Amino acid sequence: MQVSKEEILHIANLAQLELKDEEIEKYMENLQEILDFANIVNNAPVDGLDVTIGANEAKNVFRKDEVKLFKDIDSLLQNAPEQTNHMFKIPKVLD
Amino acid sequence: MDITELTVHELQEKIKNKELNIKQINEAYIKRIKEKEPEVQAFITELTEEGEKQAEEIQTRIDNGEKLGELAGIPIGIKDIICTKGVKTTCASKMLENFVAPYDATVMKKINAENMIDLGKLNMDEFAMGGSTEYSYFKKTKNPWDLSRVPGGSSGGSAAAVAANMVPWALGTDTGGSIRQPASFCGVVGLKPTYGLVSRYGVVAFASSLDQVGVFTKDVQDCAMLLNVIAGHDEMDSTSVDVGNKDYTQALQKDIKGLKIGVPKEFYGEGINQEVKASLETAISKYKEMGAEVEEFSLDIAKHALATYYIIACAEASSNLGRYDGIRYTYRSAEAKTLKEIYKKSRSEAFGAEVKRRIILGTYVLSSGYYDAYYKKAQQVRTLVMNKFNKAFEKYDVIVTPTSPTVAFKLGSKSNNPMEMYLSDICTVSVNIAGLPGISIPCGVDSEGMPIGMQIIGNKFCEETIIKTAYAYEQETKFREKYKPIFKK
Repeated sequence: MQVSKEEILHIANLAQLELKDEEIEKYMENLQEILDFANIVNNAPVDGLDVTIGANEAKNVFRKDEVKLFKDIDSLLQNAPEQTNHMFKIPKVLD
Repeated sequence: MDITELTVHELQEKIKNKELNIKQINEAYIKRIKEKEPEVQAFITELTEEGEKQAEEIQTRIDNGEKLGELAGIPIGIKDIICTKGVKTTCASKMLENFVAPYDATVMKKINAENMIDLGKLNMDEFAMGGSTEYSYFKKTKNPWDLSRVPGGSSGGSAAAVAANMVPWALGTDTGGSIRQPASFCGVVGLKPTYGLVSRYGVVAFASSLDQVGVFTKDVQDCAMLLNVIAGHDEMDSTSVDVGNKDYTQALQKDIKGLKIGVPKEFYGEGINQEVKASLETAISKYKEMGAEVEEFSLDIAKHALATYYIIACAEASSNLGRYDGIRYTYRSAEAKTLKEIYKKSRSEAFGAEVKRRIILGTYVLSSGYYDAYYKKAQQVRTLVMNKFNKAFEKYDVIVTPTSPTVAFKLGSKSNNPMEMYLSDICTVSVNIAGLPGISIPCGVDSEGMPIGMQIIGNKFCEETIIKTAYAYEQETKFREKYKPIFKK
C-alpha cells in the first residue's frame, strides 16, 4: 500500500501531532518502509485462527468496588503544568 | 579486593563473615559511579547522596541489633521507567523531564521492603522505544566494553551500569528484547520473566500486552535472588498472575542430564553474524557434553513475529501515549493558546522522533481501512506464534538461540535507519509476542573482544528451567572469570 502525504497528515491529526515539512517527508518514507515489511503478516498462514489480545488467557478479574482515598493531592497535582485550587487548569473552551 | 567486582551473593557472604559492612559497600559503589559515570553515562538521576545517608541509617540499625533482611543495604539501579515516589521518573523523555511520581511502582515497594538502596535512575530509549539507548532525550550511554559502541536498549543504562560495576544489579523492562539484548551487548545476565509474573503497576506503559519488568545481574544466582524479590501477584495489575510464591534459587543446579534443548535452525540463518553463530554452536556442543539432549528443529516465525511485534507494540503505544496531553504530565508548550494547541504543540515539541514515528505507525494500523489488514492480522499471527511455541514445548524443555544477530554496534550506525534498528530485535520479540520467559547470558566474545549473548527461552512460568539451564552453563564455562569490560576508548 502506498502512503500519501494526505494520509500522513490525517494520521498525525488523529494522533494530535503537528509535523514540520521535513518530518512529513521523513515519516512518509519510514512508514512506507515499515509497512512494506509489516505486510508479511498478510502472507502468514492464519486462516481460521482466532485473534490473541493478550499474552495470557483472557479472563475477568474482579475485586470489590470500594472507594480508596488517595490523600496526597499535592503530589498528584505537582506534575500539572498549570493548576488552580487543586484542579488542573486549561484555557477557556467555551466563549 | 575490589568490592564492586563482587556479585550480591558474594557481598552477602562477606557481610555475614564481617569482612564488609553496608557502609563500605555503598561507599565503594558511590566512588565507582563518580569514577565511571563521566565516560559511561548510564544515569539520568544519581541518588548517591541519598544512598550514602540510607546506608548509614541501615548500618546503624544493624549495629543496634535490629534484624533486617539479607538484602538490606544492598545497592540497586532502577530503569527510569519505573515510578519512584518523590524521585523523578522521566522515561528519558522531554515530556516527563520533571515528572515526580506520587507513588511507588509495586516492584519498587518490594525493593524498598527489602531495605535495598536505590543508587539512581538509569538511562533508556525514550519511552523504551529503541534498541541502543541513543533515543534518550538526555544522553547517550556507552558500552563499557568499548565506549564507541552502544550498550543496546532500551534498558541500556541498566545493562551498562551493571557491566561497569556501578551497581551490583538493576531492574529493567522488556517489551521486545529491551532487557535481553542490552544484557547480551554488555556481557551480563538479563531475565525477562513470563508475562504476568511481575506486576506492571507503576511502570510507565509502552505496550501493555508485551511489557514486563525483569532483572540485570552479574550472574545467574543473583538473577534468581532478585527475581524472588520482584515476582508475585498484585491486585493492582489485573494481568498479574497468581502462581504462588516460589524460591527460584532452588533452580540453581548444575545437573542438566536429560534436559531437552531445542535449537530452531531459522534463528541461526540469514542475518546472523558468523561469529555469533559460531559462539552459539560452541555453547550448544558444551550442553551436549554436559548431558543435555539437543535437537535441531524448525521454528519459522521470526520475521512474522517481528512484523507482528511492530504492529501490536506501536498500536498499543499510540493508545498508551495518548495520556500525554500537556495538562497532567509536566510538559506544556509555551506557544499553545487553545486547548487543541495544548495537545498538539506539547506532544509535537516534547516527543522525540522515534516516539512520534511509532505513534504514527500505531495510529495508522488502528485507523479505519487498515485495521483488518494490519492490526487484526497481527493478532492472528500472534496466535500462530503462540501455537508454534506450544508445539515446540511439547517436545523441548528450553529453546536456545542467539540473543541478538550481532554484538553491540557502533554509536550512530543505526540511529537514522529505523528498519535496521528494528531488525536487531529479530531473535527476542517472538518471546514477548508469546508471553514467554527468556534469559540472556554471555557465552563468549567475538574477535574484537565484544560479548556475545545466548538466549534461553522457556515455557510459560517455567523460569526455574531456564535459570537452571543458564546456571549449569555459567558454572561450567565461567565467563566472568575470563572476560571483563575494558572501557576501550
